[in-house]
Amino acid sequence: MLAVDTVSTAYGAVQALREVSITVAQGEIVTLVGANGAGKSTLLMTICGDPRARSGRVVFEDRDITALPTHEIMRLGLAQVPEGRRVFPRMSVMENLLMGAQVARHDPAPLLRQVFALFPRLEERQSQRGGTLSGGEQQMLAIGRALMSKPRLLLLDEPSLGLAPLIVRQIFAAIRELNEKEGLTVLLVEQNAYQALRLAHRGYVLVNGRITLAGSGRELLAMPEVRDAYLGGGH
Amino acid sequence: MTPAVLKDAALTALVAFGLFAPMVGLRTDVGPTGELVLRQRWGDVAILVGIAFVGRIALMAWRAVRGEPKPPSAARTEAIRRAGTFVAPVLLAFAVALPLIPGTGRYELDLGILVLTYVMLGWGLNIVVGLAGLLDLGYVAFYAVGAYSYALLATNFGLSFWICLPLAGILASFWGILLGFPVLRLRGDYLAIVTLAFGEIIRIVLLNWVSLTGGPNGVSGIPRPTFFGLSFSMSGEPDTFAGFFGIEPSPSHRVIFLYYLILGLALLTNWVSIRLRRQPLGRAWEALREDEIACRALGINITATKLTAFALGAMFAGFAGSFFATRQGFISPESFTFIESAIILAIVVLGGMGSQIGIAIAALVMIGGFEVFRDLDEWRMLVFGGAMVLIMVVRPRGLVGHRTPTVALGERRSISAEHVAEGHG
Repeated sequence: MLAVDTVSTAYGAVQALREVSITVAQGEIVTLVGANGAGKSTLLMTICGDPRARSGRVVFEDRDITALPTHEIMRLGLAQVPEGRRVFPRMSVMENLLMGAQVARHDPAPLLRQVFALFPRLEERQSQRGGTLSGGEQQMLAIGRALMSKPRLLLLDEPSLGLAPLIVRQIFAAIRELNEKEGLTVLLVEQNAYQALRLAHRGYVLVNGRITLAGSGRELLAMPEVRDAYLGGGH
Repeated sequence: MTPAVLKDAALTALVAFGLFAPMVGLRTDVGPTGELVLRQRWGDVAILVGIAFVGRIALMAWRAVRGEPKPPSAARTEAIRRAGTFVAPVLLAFAVALPLIPGTGRYELDLGILVLTYVMLGWGLNIVVGLAGLLDLGYVAFYAVGAYSYALLATNFGLSFWICLPLAGILASFWGILLGFPVLRLRGDYLAIVTLAFGEIIRIVLLNWVSLTGGPNGVSGIPRPTFFGLSFSMSGEPDTFAGFFGIEPSPSHRVIFLYYLILGLALLTNWVSIRLRRQPLGRAWEALREDEIACRALGINITATKLTAFALGAMFAGFAGSFFATRQGFISPESFTFIESAIILAIVVLGGMGSQIGIAIAALVMIGGFEVFRDLDEWRMLVFGGAMVLIMVVRPRGLVGHRTPTVALGERRSISAEHVAEGHG
């Protein structure tokens, strides 16, 4: 469904990604784990065309999207939940959700019902300002907003950032439910490697802009180098 | 009295001294033989600094007695919102009825026209600043483009006001887009500086392109508007307004017509803004104000969204500009200085960014209030500045700081501004 083929990206003179290749197949949850500054978010952003890849190709559903402008890429059936949630703070929950369906050509009503079924909390708070929600609710809103464009591939950037463990579990359960019930394909970037690898079918480990390890979630969890580097050995 | 209070008061006195020493302490007068004499008034400075010192101590003492200032409650915001729902129709009814109210003379109508012009400019700038969140300090440039478009098209080609009005709007929005392109990637302070420069560029070009604009002499003899081809002259001929309708010719007909014209244009601006806010485009503007990166992630075309905001805001300034030209009959670059941009922006900010009724009230207070205090002569600016500071202290988010969501399932509830910190959106 998504193929990133030997992509390199740089911010000015700083090389952020070095010939990274990953694939995401239909119906999979794939996760990228790695330390701070390894290039996980950059890879996600490069898929969206901002920053643009210096070399290599990004192919989504057999279509080369490497050179497309961001707003066109985001209309092809992929949606991104940006790092730090980025809900619109002064707009209501409802308006936030409708912003997700802004560029779509379908009726937002059934999707709205689907999002409210997944996160009933959002329905209760629909007329509240986005900025007044708790961190977990904002994350639900950010995911809900992304779902409103009816994506086939969901890109999630650090959904567990700054959330309590209980809330993280709820968010991850929601991602699993979306994948299993709706068949949504997910590419998940996480620092919380343990949770992410347990959830994902497959994973990649990114170190200094390079893919160093790849395998199924369970395989990666069992590897001693992954355990030592990202799991603190304690889990 | 603690040393902290004394220190604070001393600091206040120091600031007061810095301010008043050159402004009050030194004064140039014309001497007996015609030369300038420097007169020193250190006694007055001492009094002012003393007032600042004592006033600061009194303020601190009052605060200590009263305790910590309480944040304004949501109930107060709710009360203001409820008041707003009937204030708007009352204000509108008053605006429509003003020329018919007995005792309304030429002066009141002229003042009404002036206020309405600023209401319209405020609503137009609100699209750019209040909705799309693009801080524009050069808004007067589009006002100037509109005014000169009408003035030059009418005087050179004899086109009528009703043909020139849309043309002026189109030309102004063209300039809006032209300004929009280079500033697409700028936000906040940087955007403000570039738009400020743009406003000055337009004014200086108007001032120096003498062959086209007449330079500092401006354009005079701009045709006055006609009532669907009927002029407002005093002759009473059949092709004049008075002659056609068989009424006594009166100079007030034109003023009343101009009044209703600007009222109509202002209401058009308001209607378009309100309609657009409920459309995807308006929602995209507001989202853009809140978070540009999130907008990008949602597939919104940032370029198109920003440019439409600039173009639409500029278009209404262009309409207002051509109204200004036809009303004055004479325009010159002097009417389009930076202070105009600043006043319009102050109206938008004081009114509460994004609030239609707030902006109308702010324009009424700022422009109308300025006239009311005419008797105060040189103290007028002081009252004006004091009023602005007072509004910002009492209601930091503007007079009407809440916004009602444009969509909701079931009951619409407005969200109080106090729930979100200042500077967030």
